[in-house]
Amino acid sequence: MNLYAIRAIYRFEMARTFRTLLQSIASPVISTSLYFVVFGAAIGSRMGQIDGVPYGAFIIPGLIMLSLLNESISNASFAIYMPKWTGTIYELLSAPVNYCEILIGYVGAAATKSVVLGLLILLTARFFVDYRVEHPLVMLFFLVLTAVSFSLFGFIIGIWADNFEKLQIIPLMIVTPLTFLGGSFYSISMLPPVWQTVSLFNPVVYLVNGFRWSFFGTADVDVRVCLVMMLGFLALCIAVVWWVFRTGYRLKT
Amino acid sequence: MSPIISIRGLTKAYASGQVALRGVDLEIRRGEIFALLGPNGAGKTTLIGIVCGIVNPSSGTVLADGHDIVRDYRAARSRIGLVPQELCVEAFETVQDTVRFSRGLFGKPANPALIERLLRDLTLWDKRASPIKDLSGGMKRRVMIAKALAHEPQILFLDEPTAGVDVELRQDMWALVRALREGGVTVILTTHYIEEAEEMADRIGVIHRGELILVEDKDTLMRQLGTKQLSLQLRQPLEHIPAALRDDPLELSADGQTLTFTFDARAQDTGIAELLRRLHDHGIDFRELRSSESSLEDIFVNLVRARA
Ligand SMILES: Nc1ncnc2c1ncn2[C@@H]1O[C@H](COP(=O)(O)OP(=O)(O)OP(=O)(O)O)[C@@H](O)[C@H]1O
Ligand SMILES: [Mg+2]
Repeated sequence: MNLYAIRAIYRFEMARTFRTLLQSIASPVISTSLYFVVFGAAIGSRMGQIDGVPYGAFIIPGLIMLSLLNESISNASFAIYMPKWTGTIYELLSAPVNYCEILIGYVGAAATKSVVLGLLILLTARFFVDYRVEHPLVMLFFLVLTAVSFSLFGFIIGIWADNFEKLQIIPLMIVTPLTFLGGSFYSISMLPPVWQTVSLFNPVVYLVNGFRWSFFGTADVDVRVCLVMMLGFLALCIAVVWWVFRTGYRLKT
Repeated sequence: MSPIISIRGLTKAYASGQVALRGVDLEIRRGEIFALLGPNGAGKTTLIGIVCGIVNPSSGTVLADGHDIVRDYRAARSRIGLVPQELCVEAFETVQDTVRFSRGLFGKPANPALIERLLRDLTLWDKRASPIKDLSGGMKRRVMIAKALAHEPQILFLDEPTAGVDVELRQDMWALVRALREGGVTVILTTHYIEEAEEMADRIGVIHRGELILVEDKDTLMRQLGTKQLSLQLRQPLEHIPAALRDDPLELSADGQTLTFTFDARAQDTGIAELLRRLHDHGIDFRELRSSESSLEDIFVNLVRARA
């Protein structure tokens, strides 16, 4: 294990975050705050409780997931795409590191940022609504698991993308719609039966509901099913990354 | 002594179908400065890319200090530093951070004293805290050299180190390369310029269309380069060279009209004056006299022709 290399990559990526602190941390926190103001305070005050949870609190887990997904993907995909684009990737490819070490460095840094961000949003929410976290350890576990899985997913996108459009297209066309339709702002039991069934094909539903269960002890889907789905997604990403590295896909000519 | 790099039957065909290397065999000696010379698209960068692990070879093997670059890539790569042809650096990082990063990436513990010495040697110390984007092009190139040297490699590849570099920086670069060699580092550089190879290298390799067509000690090559020829158009054709002149480096053309004398242009006494006097003594008269120089270009063209 080339630990110095992992540390170098990790520190390099974290330094990049600090250089762009406003963009990395402040902007997601601000936009989530806006959601709380609009959905939590303004609209939420006119909504009833869902499963015994006030609407303002109900949306917290979903909002955190929304940011977590977006930030994990964009951080990790950007992190590996930029060196490809500027050409500095030559150094990574010529270094005595294996792909696993590269991965730990980049995905570790992206996931760290996302977890910090998720916790910051959680703190921010305190200013707007009152909530409780029934299973804090489970909550933290889901937070980390999601951050890692989607950083890995972002990493794959970053390797696959050979232009800026491709870098944006999957988050924009697939991930964002799935998160909005993933029950962040509603309980899927509020949907007509057909759409409830359709929703079960949306992986984000399991993320949001698993996370929500850790807060309130209730959710639309059994938390164990959620866990299995999340681990399944992580396994899928690892399999794809393993294949990418084995073949040198889009990294080496 | 075993070669520090040994390349066997190396070929490369890019996915596009472009064949960049056609069976290259090359051994680089420990501690030498080797210049790889060749026109655009000859395959210089591809060759370097393979040795450094950036390009996958199609076939063939490369050993760096005895370590296979694929099977034993960690040991091989930790011995190699690379300054690529293109100027590419992280824009917003500081000089010092990026050099430290390189050292870490190559698996070496932090060593502030070494990095300071490196930055001072490359006259970058004053700029250590500046973001790289604020540096001039020549400084950026030096940053790339500092990055390549940060892990104390035994082998350094410089892909066109002096392309687009002013005279002063070029001199600095040459001085640096010599200093590295003094320190025991083997340097392989590519260039388009024969003068550069002449100035710097111990040995020269010429690559053309993916084939290594010549590998020669610089001195040997320069001796060949230094030879000039004097051709004399005779007034009366000769049947053969007079016996008294047989031992001179003279050649008679098939039609007997032209006599060619080969000499070393760098010698103190080229022997021309003596020759002319003796020709006169033998009653050989000429109406015209021309001298020509064999350049690397000639050697090169001859080699390519010989292969065609
Ligand atoms: N990534 C690539 N994909 C396809 N073909 C490539 C690639 N890189 C190089 N080539 C081709 O391989 C051949 C050798 O290129 P290479 O860059 O090794 O030449 P070079 O000797 O370094 O030239 P130059 O002096 O211009 O730098 C060229 O014909 C080039 O077009
Ligand atoms: Mg080149």
